[in-house]
Amino acid sequence: MRNNAAISKGIDWSLVWIYFALMVIGLSTIFAATYQEGDPILQSFIAFKTDYSKQFYFWGVALVVGFIIILTDSKFFPTTANFWYAVGIIFLLLVFPFHSRIKGTESIIRIGAFNFQPAEFCKIVVALALAKYFSRPETNFNRAGSQFTATILVLIPVGLAILQRETGLALVYFSFFLMMYREGLPSIIPTIGFSFVILIIASILIPPNILAILLSSIAVLLIYFSRRQIRRRRQILTSILFIWAIAVGIQRFAVPFIFEKVLQKHQVERIYNLFGKNNPYDPEQGVLSGDASKKKKESGSRYNVRQSKIAIGSGGFFGKGIFSATQTRYDFVPEQRTDFIFCTVGEGFGFLGSMLLLGLYLTLLLKMINIAERQRSTFSRVYAYGVLSVFFFHIVVNMAMTIGLAPVIGIPLPFISYGGTSLLTFTVLLAILIRLDADRQMVIR
Amino acid sequence: MAIYNQSRSNTIRLIVIITFLIIALQLFYLQLVDRRYEQLAMDNAVYPKVIYPERGVIYDRKGKAILNNTIIFDLMVTPAEAKGIDTLEFCKLLKIDTSEFRKRIVEAIIKNTSVRPSVFKAMLTKELQARFEENSWRFPGFNLMERPLRTYPYHAAAHILGYIREADKRDIERSNNFYRQGDYIGKTGLEAYYESVLMGQRGVQYMIKDNKNRLVGAYEGGEYDTASIAGRSLHTHIDIELQQLAEALMSNKVGGLVAIDPNTGGILSMVSGPNYDPNDLSGSEGSKNFSRMQLDVSGPMLNRAIAGRYEPGSTYKPLGALIALNEKVVNAAYGYPCGGRYTLCGHGKPECTHAGGGHAASLRLAIANSCNAYFAHIYRLTVDNPRYKNVYDGYLHWKEYMNAFGLGVRLGVDLPNENTGGIPDTVVYNRENAGRWTSCTNLTLGIGQDKMQTTPLQMANAMCIIANKGFYYTPHFVKEIEGEGPADQNRLKQFQKKHNVLANIPDAVFNEVIEGMSDVVKVGTARGAQIEGIEVCAKTGTAENYTILDRRRIKLPDNSMFVCFAPKENPKIAIAVFVQNAGFGATWAAPIARMMMEKYLVDSLTAYSKLDSARIASTNLMPSYFKRLQYKEDSIRAFKWFQITKDSAYIDRFSMQGSTMELPSPFKQNPTEQGLPNWIILLSNSCLPERAIKQIKLFSA
Repeated sequence: MRNNAAISKGIDWSLVWIYFALMVIGLSTIFAATYQEGDPILQSFIAFKTDYSKQFYFWGVALVVGFIIILTDSKFFPTTANFWYAVGIIFLLLVFPFHSRIKGTESIIRIGAFNFQPAEFCKIVVALALAKYFSRPETNFNRAGSQFTATILVLIPVGLAILQRETGLALVYFSFFLMMYREGLPSIIPTIGFSFVILIIASILIPPNILAILLSSIAVLLIYFSRRQIRRRRQILTSILFIWAIAVGIQRFAVPFIFEKVLQKHQVERIYNLFGKNNPYDPEQGVLSGDASKKKKESGSRYNVRQSKIAIGSGGFFGKGIFSATQTRYDFVPEQRTDFIFCTVGEGFGFLGSMLLLGLYLTLLLKMINIAERQRSTFSRVYAYGVLSVFFFHIVVNMAMTIGLAPVIGIPLPFISYGGTSLLTFTVLLAILIRLDADRQMVIR
Repeated sequence: MAIYNQSRSNTIRLIVIITFLIIALQLFYLQLVDRRYEQLAMDNAVYPKVIYPERGVIYDRKGKAILNNTIIFDLMVTPAEAKGIDTLEFCKLLKIDTSEFRKRIVEAIIKNTSVRPSVFKAMLTKELQARFEENSWRFPGFNLMERPLRTYPYHAAAHILGYIREADKRDIERSNNFYRQGDYIGKTGLEAYYESVLMGQRGVQYMIKDNKNRLVGAYEGGEYDTASIAGRSLHTHIDIELQQLAEALMSNKVGGLVAIDPNTGGILSMVSGPNYDPNDLSGSEGSKNFSRMQLDVSGPMLNRAIAGRYEPGSTYKPLGALIALNEKVVNAAYGYPCGGRYTLCGHGKPECTHAGGGHAASLRLAIANSCNAYFAHIYRLTVDNPRYKNVYDGYLHWKEYMNAFGLGVRLGVDLPNENTGGIPDTVVYNRENAGRWTSCTNLTLGIGQDKMQTTPLQMANAMCIIANKGFYYTPHFVKEIEGEGPADQNRLKQFQKKHNVLANIPDAVFNEVIEGMSDVVKVGTARGAQIEGIEVCAKTGTAENYTILDRRRIKLPDNSMFVCFAPKENPKIAIAVFVQNAGFGATWAAPIARMMMEKYLVDSLTAYSKLDSARIASTNLMPSYFKRLQYKEDSIRAFKWFQITKDSAYIDRFSMQGSTMELPSPFKQNPTEQGLPNWIILLSNSCLPERAIKQIKLFSA
């Protein structure tokens, strides 16, 4: 064991302060949303009955775990990364026979009074495993083989999470592509991915036949304007036709296939709701048109988002104050302690509070990039980018969904949302990063 | 290899910053630019709960409440809380079957969701309410909600009081959105005229509600709440016992009756026949009765006392006499040698019920015997008065008198929808006669016919003018408003103003006519109106009338009319009674008026009158053609319904039962003797389907 001075040496205190700041904001927000007037504050904080009290205890647990990690030798993480990955996957598999049925998810194992969600924890092991894989001397990420292996490492937990009906969590794993991009993923892949997303959005917004005509006319125009080049190089024509065929194929067959067969009904609905449309693949919603569709009951997620926007919008500049936030205090926004916690911030603390929180997060993320870039070891750098990717995805998607910029995906806001598992996961992710960064001057691993 | 990609860290920084910028911009828009959300949040969470004030009460002249507020209970259900009750037991209690129970629950959920209460059964009867209260602990989720209701302990004065109903779209628009959906508003009668007094002031209690619309507490500690102020009561001139008697006497009759105290203009009683019990329109059967009455061709909702237009007939004669005397075209001793008809216009009309015997030897005799020729003649003398340029000028002068008597103008009674009656202008006669007409053209104006039309109220008021010898107060009901403010005083001022309309007629002239009217009762046409110890002044009237039914003009029984005031000295009551299609004025209208006077002046009926009143009350004088009219209207409506909906349920009642039902006919024709009656052929052209006609033909053949 080293002495205390050695432990704290190299630790990036700004990360720690941001961590504590976010924790305080989170706890007080949950308190604001659930505190019943007249309850003795101190007693109810200790009683482990209310949400804020529980969160308070979770925080305690997370602090202890975080502290233990800080005390750990940084060499421990690269050496055991593969082991943890294996443990994580085994836990994910154990879910299938042992999961308990709560809230429509099949991803939770119940141990005593605690709910344990392996898919959540596995973010850590995937980040570690990827870091380990990239840091191997024989890995060359420019080679397709390495890219493939890295992708497989990510896709295994994704597949298992999807099987456990945790699509939101599964999507989080795709954020690791941000890290891979930093590590040399060919630009063509994000370009293709981006184009694919654009095509999906286009096929949601534009009726299929018109979109097909649109795509075809773009292809024809391209061919017309590049006819000279085509005369010189035949390949250009083939590639234009190839891209056109793929695009139309995706729009015609892949998109309906994804919406009908891959995604669940409510997920498709959320995506369509984002663009203010009814889900055409749902026979109940699709056949109705015009006035008849308006009469239909508002879908759950659309209600959520509308109420959430009302809550945030009504906050104004300074907010309504912590206990006067009528929208959130009287349960107009469902899930407002967990996934929609940002509403409480927006309504209670207004634009000022939202900007403060946003600023804190931005500082955290930019700080992480800086930390990542100053690492000497590949392991530390890749891991840092992995953590950045996960945090970035969570923060952006969660906030964007509460203000109607992203479809409703049930993922928590780091350190703010109520929930022990997510709090612990984010704490561990951050603590490992702090430990690794503190030892950045050590030998290159 | 790591160094190679270092530039990409900046790309990632850029991505992070740009996404955060987008989020910040959206927040900027939501929280600072778009102010809609503030209001939406308010609408979401704050519920302005309207506190309804109690409506004002209406009292009669002796301080008896003729209308009251009570509370009736609606049975409410909150479906989410009503799970697991003993449905069978509950249904037995309410006397419904389980499928009906289920249907209502589903309806409640559709209407109001399962967590909010909705009406399960509106307006419980007293018995059901009691039974439910005893057992309410067994049925969680069900509870009683009070709803204010008007009740009428005397079952009388429906047309005077009017009724209240929920404000409809037009009321709301007209009031500039002051009224809201669910508010009650006075629709007719005093309820409508004094709406602003009776309704009081609504209060608002701002409540915080949660996401399920449950009220969870006061908003900002009730700082913005306003209290409700109860409606103020009205004290009226109505004598409720007199009113009850009048309504009994007018039952099953069409017409109008008005009794006024000439000293104040206060209306003691006002009846329109056919009448209805005001309790019918409030309470659980209210809307059913309402629609039934609206479809009734006899028009029970119409207040004929202020809106029915009748030829006054002979009841006009005292006025004609007053005008002629005042214009000095005749004097009290003037006589006319009536031989049974008026011959001076060449056509021998109008005819007179008496012939010779000097029945029109003086003004008094002419009034007492109601000589048509006499009054037709003095009308001609009045309008052909050489003082005026010509007959047009003379007519206009006469019309001025008529308007001064309150005929052909709106009197301004405190009820809505008062009719002006009709005294035509010269323009009308000019148009009809190409500008060339003489006093012979509208000769029968002299005996209250031709185009002269009056309402019972106007005639009663004219009696007040004679009784008062020249002045009247605008007939009105309300004596006093509880807690009178300046606005109310202003409102009632018009009723306290003495209208000295005919002060130019000397008392001597009035006395001549009053003597004549006294003779009417003593020796003339209305001897049946005598009351022992009280000198009654009156005039009978009988007017012919016709209607067009099935494209044929048919003569209906005469309208029976009677106007009077009593006692002769210091009159206390003036009455006008119009009974449609009843017969002579002396036969029906006169005894009704007599009993009214007896009741009011003596405060009790004589033994004879008691018997007589029972006879009159039980006599049905509803015109028989109403039956026919109703049948026609109903069948036409049924056929239209059939055309629109192809639902033959209603039209079948008219076609299938054709063979068994007695077809109402005003002609008493026997179809088997004369073939198809006229009206069936007419009807067949217009409305009934073929099948129905075959049925009728079969029956007729």
